[in-house]
Amino acid sequence: MGFGPYLLLASLEGLVTAAVLALTALGLSLVFGVMRVVNVAHGEFFMLGAVLAWGVSTAFAGHPAIGFTAALLVAPLVVGAAALLSERLVLRRLNYDPEATIVATIGMLYIIQQLALTFYGADARPVQPPFNIRIPLPWFGFSGYKLFVIFAAIAMMIVTWFVLTRTKIGLVMRATQYDRETAQAFGIPVDRVYAGVFALGAMLAALAAVLIVPIQQAHYLMGRDPLLLSFIVVIIGGLGSLRGTVVAAVLIGLSDSIISMFYSPTLAKMLATGLVAMVLVFRPQGLFGTTAR
Amino acid sequence: MTDIFKPSRLLTTGISRRSALKGLGAAAAIGTAPGFVRYSQAQSSAPIKIGFQAHRTGIGAAYGRWYERTTSAAVKLINDGGGINGRPIEIITEDDGTDAARGAEVIEKFANQHKVDIVYGTLFSHVVVGSAPAAGELKMPYYVVSEGYHVASGKMNRYVIQPGITDVRAQCRAVAPWITSNVGKKITMIYPDYAFGHDHRDFFAPAATEQGGEIVAQIPIPPTESSFTRYLPQIPSDTDVIYHVMVGPAVLTFVKELGEFYGNSGPKLFGFIDSLEAVDIKSPGLEFLEGTHFWEGMPRYLQADASEDEKAYRTAVGLDDNGASVNDAKDVSTAAHMFGCWETLYVIKAAMEAADYKGPEDRAKLIEATEAMTDLPAGPEHPQGAKVFNGKNHQVYGSQSISVVEGGKLNVVHRTTIEDGMYEAEADYTTQSF
Repeated sequence: MGFGPYLLLASLEGLVTAAVLALTALGLSLVFGVMRVVNVAHGEFFMLGAVLAWGVSTAFAGHPAIGFTAALLVAPLVVGAAALLSERLVLRRLNYDPEATIVATIGMLYIIQQLALTFYGADARPVQPPFNIRIPLPWFGFSGYKLFVIFAAIAMMIVTWFVLTRTKIGLVMRATQYDRETAQAFGIPVDRVYAGVFALGAMLAALAAVLIVPIQQAHYLMGRDPLLLSFIVVIIGGLGSLRGTVVAAVLIGLSDSIISMFYSPTLAKMLATGLVAMVLVFRPQGLFGTTAR
Repeated sequence: MTDIFKPSRLLTTGISRRSALKGLGAAAAIGTAPGFVRYSQAQSSAPIKIGFQAHRTGIGAAYGRWYERTTSAAVKLINDGGGINGRPIEIITEDDGTDAARGAEVIEKFANQHKVDIVYGTLFSHVVVGSAPAAGELKMPYYVVSEGYHVASGKMNRYVIQPGITDVRAQCRAVAPWITSNVGKKITMIYPDYAFGHDHRDFFAPAATEQGGEIVAQIPIPPTESSFTRYLPQIPSDTDVIYHVMVGPAVLTFVKELGEFYGNSGPKLFGFIDSLEAVDIKSPGLEFLEGTHFWEGMPRYLQADASEDEKAYRTAVGLDDNGASVNDAKDVSTAAHMFGCWETLYVIKAAMEAADYKGPEDRAKLIEATEAMTDLPAGPEHPQGAKVFNGKNHQVYGSQSISVVEGGKLNVVHRTTIEDGMYEAEADYTTQSF
């Protein structure tokens, strides 16, 4: 296989990674941007989404697309509800104190993980993709579903961007992000905005998980990698910046895939970590982030 | 107690009242001391405690579940048949989380808290490697049901023994000639980039080269990887055979991606069933495996020529003809490995009987008795087939099955002999002192 096709495959794979990563990281970034809460349990919401996707899709007989569509609707909603509940029960009672919420979300991470282990089990379980199309290219075949994941993620990003910048909900969220007290003074129910944002962040992670789960498999320990990569992405892209998140996700996804293919996976991880260190030293607010107000 | 030490009787033998009281007190103290009664009983009917290090959680959980089922089935049979030296076996299970550090902690817990006689179990090589030093320090016999070359290599210690399942080096040697003469000569290897995978890298390549094969590429994959397509272009186009070994949750993905990548063309496949243990061959995406070959330690699907012992074993463990649980057809077993638990427990039984094992003070005798074993004939104790144990490197040798996927089932097409997998032992644990 020549250099061209080689690079094409690496890029396609990188884009799949980037698509899912962008959605997951966007959730993390949004929660931090608006609430100043570093949600360490974000990866577990991702895992919960995947596990629920397995549960929902296996509950439906018939064509796998039926189960998958149901999962795409149900899993993010359930995860959003779980996030809402944990926000009400935990984060709100801590007054969104940055240090306390880190510890609390670490606790949530373990609770969610152990609940998944108890009720779902320790097995990795496959979810059927809604369709199985192999796109035969002259040099290799590529999964049609993977291309769908890329497009679905792009569509979701556009929807999120539209909500944030063009709707009243987005306006309220941005106002809360900009200045909590002033927003409250103008009659914005900051408390409810926080709850909504936390749920939305978790739902984005769950959505990303539902998209990826027919490619990977649902497993109770699968939340760790997305969490780590999401942190890398939001640090590089700048917390709270939608554009930064997308650019950083594409950067990390593509570089990871291309470097692992041509050199070694370890080198790819080293470079990503190195990039994080560089960003933290030279541009702590991230590539597209704005300095703290 | 006072009945026996009646003052009148004691007085008649000339013992002073003071010393009689002292004696009384001492007798009462010994009699009520914790463990005293149990100790005297331990020689007769108290259970032999076997600590079972199980992968209940972590990436080895599916193996752990079936290792537990196989263990309880074997223990039930042994206990129903009178136990070991007239004493029943009691299994105490601890979860090692498929984690090396926790494995070592569990060994200590078995020794100090549960006070077990011996420890047994575990599959994943990193857990064995992590736990072995603790077993050696605590002088705790550690019977592993693993596969890596770690035990046979001599890098463990005298307390670590693998008497129930063959090691990767022997498996590679046994299947290599069949691959080079039946599947193809130019081979690309894909394996996990850690201990178990490295054993394949180190031992399959020379075994295949010896048979006129050629390793055209070796592709190590980090164990945490969950997607593999990007590694597939590294497979040279002149490859005849892809030799694949994967473990953990991502294996199904690997095979599916291989299918997407190559479609109906591409090299032939030879896989270690480790890639698909506990996974239904009829899973969506695996149609691609039709016609490919797999190594199996013991066949998953009931074969037409299965022995009565094998059938009895399958019934005891609760396997249906497809190698799934009789209670749940979706609960596919880890048949290629779990028989090792059954056979190891019977080796422990035989060794304890040969050593006239009474308690922890006989641990060295137990190891020596195991080392003295040679032939393990096929039978109810060894349903997978006859085996030869080498006391020097603490490793057993047996036959392997090569199966082909036909109609979503695995049919055995070749069985290797014990000699096919034999190699010159590099280690001699018997020279180590206890």
